[in-house]
Amino acid sequence: MSFTTELKVARDMVSATASQNTTLLSMQNINKAFAGIPALTSASLEVGVAEVHALIGQNGAGKSTLIKILTGYVSRDTGDITFDGGPFQARSPQDAQAKGISTIYQEINLVPYRSITENICLGREARRFGLLDWKTMHQEARSLMARFNIDIDVRKSLDSFNTATQQMVAIARAIGFKAKLVIMDEPTSSLDEREVNVLFDVIRQLKQSGISVIFVSHKLDELYAVCDRVTIMRDGRTVKTSDMKSVSKIELVASMLGRDIAQVSKHATAFGGRKGKVGDVVLEAKNLSAGHKVQDISLSVRRGEIVGLAGLLGAGRTETARLVFGADRIHNGTLTLNDKPFKPREPIDAIDQGIGFSSEDRKLEGIIPDMSVAENMTLALMPQLTKAGIVDEEQQRVIVEKFIARLGIKCSGPSQRIRELSGGNQQKVLLARWLAMNPKLLILDEPTRGIDVGAKAEIQTIVKELADQGLGVLMISSELEEVIEGSDRVFVLREGHKVAEFVGKQINEAAVMTAMAHGAEDNTIGQEIKP
Amino acid sequence: MSNAASPKTIETNTFNLMAFLTKHATLVALLALIAFNVVFTKHFISIQTLNVNLTQVATIVIVGVGMTLVIATGGIDLSVGSMMAISGAIAPLIFLGTAVHISEIHLAVAVGMIVAVLAAGAFGWFNGWLITRFRIQPIIATLVLFIAGRGIAQVSTNGNLQPFKLGEFQWIGLGRWFGVPVQVIIMVVLVAIAAWVLKRSLFGRQILAIGGNERAARLAGIPVARVKRWVYCISGLCSGIAGLVVIAINSSSDANLVGLGMELDAIAAVAVGGTLLSGGRATVTGTLIGALIIQLVRYTLLANGVNDDVAKLVKAALIVLAVWLQRHGRS
Repeated sequence: MSFTTELKVARDMVSATASQNTTLLSMQNINKAFAGIPALTSASLEVGVAEVHALIGQNGAGKSTLIKILTGYVSRDTGDITFDGGPFQARSPQDAQAKGISTIYQEINLVPYRSITENICLGREARRFGLLDWKTMHQEARSLMARFNIDIDVRKSLDSFNTATQQMVAIARAIGFKAKLVIMDEPTSSLDEREVNVLFDVIRQLKQSGISVIFVSHKLDELYAVCDRVTIMRDGRTVKTSDMKSVSKIELVASMLGRDIAQVSKHATAFGGRKGKVGDVVLEAKNLSAGHKVQDISLSVRRGEIVGLAGLLGAGRTETARLVFGADRIHNGTLTLNDKPFKPREPIDAIDQGIGFSSEDRKLEGIIPDMSVAENMTLALMPQLTKAGIVDEEQQRVIVEKFIARLGIKCSGPSQRIRELSGGNQQKVLLARWLAMNPKLLILDEPTRGIDVGAKAEIQTIVKELADQGLGVLMISSELEEVIEGSDRVFVLREGHKVAEFVGKQINEAAVMTAMAHGAEDNTIGQEIKP
Repeated sequence: MSNAASPKTIETNTFNLMAFLTKHATLVALLALIAFNVVFTKHFISIQTLNVNLTQVATIVIVGVGMTLVIATGGIDLSVGSMMAISGAIAPLIFLGTAVHISEIHLAVAVGMIVAVLAAGAFGWFNGWLITRFRIQPIIATLVLFIAGRGIAQVSTNGNLQPFKLGEFQWIGLGRWFGVPVQVIIMVVLVAIAAWVLKRSLFGRQILAIGGNERAARLAGIPVARVKRWVYCISGLCSGIAGLVVIAINSSSDANLVGLGMELDAIAAVAVGGTLLSGGRATVTGTLIGALIIQLVRYTLLANGVNDDVAKLVKAALIVLAVWLQRHGRS
């Protein structure tokens, strides 16, 4: 990998004088660990002058850590960075900005209630005789915005404009700071199609004026529209860098997921050997819609069936699951649970109907860190353990001890605080939270994310056994093996739409990956898959 | 070998002592203060000293009980003082016959007290409604009543001071049962109930779960909005009771003064008591101890001839120390 990168660099260097395509940024052998857990392992990134460079990868691939190191949010452990011809080290985001690297975040970090001028000039205000020189500043703001063919009243407060305009202001601000490199972190996530096109025009303009862009996005089509090269990251490493023109979408997906298209490894998970019979439909969703994240998605889960939801980040998998669980509001479409209409308004409605939901983010939405293993495990069951407002602690203890033994949870006892447990054991407690209420449908969002290999296999075995016993499971996973080997049926989502459905023997990596990358229209497995 | 073992033992011992100190810091501090006073303050060991300190602290603790529950959910209630004023304004309006005339005095007092406390509870519920319905930050939402509440109390009494001398009512602030001031008994009962609710009941678990991780709590089916409304309602009810105690002691109700600055005293007691201000971990008995510490420090300084303004500085230092200990205990 690094060898080919070096070759490419060498080639870029040779052609540099001719095409002016010299290297602006070079990050080499970057290592970073958080609390002993490596986030980046020998990662690298090269961006040329006036190049639009895509940076892609799954959740946890290390993109954000790499960018945070570049912009001075965190410090690297080891590794070399050169920028604009010299060694580079940003002590803080402000420092990075002063040195020519500006970042435009998903959530725009400007001051909403101040004028456009103030936002653009914040931190480098023009002064005359010690007072602010508004005339000069308004003029500068106007001319910067005019570069994007945007003619607006720069005295108006920022929050009176839409997201797209606010983003332009952020970019104008970056240019005002004489940025040589602009990092855009999922800039299109809240833009509509027309606004996306405007943004792309701006990016091309930046390129023309010699400014480089690092473009982070999960929407593969967009990369082809504006990017020159792409760097793919996985598990904290740089997988490869290639010209956008010479790489296919399916190759990008394969690299992100870490699949070698030529050799598909079998039985990488503990899901093998399903025995159960698939029964009647438990849950049926018809034409579910909510915002632009979930559009017209239909799916069903039967008794004893594991249904996989596949898709890239931002495809709408979690959002769909949350609709079924009543965690978010359904705008359109219907749900049927055991042949009865089902309209959950709050998670409690879904829980009352026997649906469990294990969230993808254990820390943020799963555990109550200061509470004990017992209390965390019985959180959803608690009302049933309560008589006249008082929790029956004896009954609670019996249930908790049963599940600690059954799932092999390693803890000092039911009263240990859950924060002290390992990720895998926390996940088992959360799984037990739902198993304890004997659910009819279990929704698992990334059930094995961020836990060690042993715990992963254990959890997969438990899920398999549960399905064998007749539980319906809706499983979201970004690990392809898990979806492929674990599921009886796979729905593939892409940018909020359901693009494919595979059952039984139809489920294979090539088919699922193709659907994830291209969607329904090129669902026939194409020549591109060849290595 | 014994050489190698002995330093290790010492290390474990100091570690345990440190852990014990941080865990029971408030209790240790209270005992230290009492010990100091036993030695240095004259006439400290007397029923009178005990009663003086307990009556001083009772209203703070009564409000602090509700405040502890509110803070346990990760919220805060700035309006407690104003709700005390409202309760303190409404009760005399009824038992003095200004608003409605009830001829039987015991009945008038009973109705007056109940209506006053319920009104404060209703205002508390309104706080919770603002917070859950419109997702307003608690500090802002309760600021509304902090400002408006005293105005409501003023308007309902036409800005008049309501003096009274009425034994049928004033037992709540001046009376004694078995030699113990009535408000101290109320305080102890409320603390006991709240501590028990927090530890044993479903409602208590729900409060702590919401404070510990609200999003996780919601996804586990906990009715977050309902629990929060009740918690703010309880804070209102506690404030209402405290308001009655204060006007009974003063023999008059002055909407300008009842409960003035109470929100800060209650929050200070909760903080010093060891309840986590970000929610999720709470101790009602801690709040009682916290209030006693603050009171006793002030008493100690005054009894030993230190100026009251200096005592305020010491109170502030105590709060800083408590917050520091919390952080220390976490890491």
